[in-house]
Amino acid sequence: MAELTATPPFAGLCLPLEIGRARIDAAELGQLTNIAPFRGKDAALATALQAAHGLDLPQAGQSSALDDALILWFGAGHVLLCGPAPDVALADHAALTAQTDGWAALTLSGPDAEPVLARLVPLDLSPASLGAGRTARSTIGHMPASITRRQDGTFLLMTFRSMAGTLAEDLQTAMSGVNARRSLG
Amino acid sequence: MRFPCPLCGDRDLQEFTFGGAAVMAERPAPDAGVVAWDAYLHLRDNPAGRSEELWQHDKGCGAWMVVTRDTVTHAVHGARLTKGAT
Repeated sequence: MAELTATPPFAGLCLPLEIGRARIDAAELGQLTNIAPFRGKDAALATALQAAHGLDLPQAGQSSALDDALILWFGAGHVLLCGPAPDVALADHAALTAQTDGWAALTLSGPDAEPVLARLVPLDLSPASLGAGRTARSTIGHMPASITRRQDGTFLLMTFRSMAGTLAEDLQTAMSGVNARRSLG
Repeated sequence: MRFPCPLCGDRDLQEFTFGGAAVMAERPAPDAGVVAWDAYLHLRDNPAGRSEELWQHDKGCGAWMVVTRDTVTHAVHGARLTKGAT
């Protein structure tokens, strides 16, 4: 039987990349599972999630993390579990969908991360609005995206995997622009 | 123009897609009769002033909501999720 080798979403692209005071790195999130609670099952799912993975079910705009596991609010009526394989008990209360190969994730860090992202995202990115642990669904350029500020202050950016090249290129352009503007004083 | 998404907070209009007058979400019963169905499908008010419209936050959380806004002043008065939106 043929041995298949998984190709990461950013293979062959410019990552990791550091320009000026900002840097992007491919993010290894592990397994991705979309969890959509059945009607009226939010509380039961929250209990099962806490028991199985030690994570709180995030409310709108929230995320929570424990060790290598991360869970993001991912839009109306669903959340995204990143890291571990989902416990089978979760399937009693929610629809689980494997998404591991569907998303490209990278980390944007550095002192200029906020001005770089501000060139691409129509959100208030200040810590008062998108502080540590907060997450939002919006757009990067014209791409549907998930934008999260992690506890260490870096941004976790996710788009559809088919758009990984555009995501890296758009960020490269924004980083160059912010750096050029800064070098003018 | 910005809409106050009940899940995401204030967001720019570019993240939303228009879904028609809010009455589109109030579908008559299958046996409601020809008159009720004709009105549902074809008759719309054209208010100058406060109106209720369906919008989807498709480039954000994906939820459908009823936005109350003024067609004369463009003031946005609020938004609530449609029934069963989450």
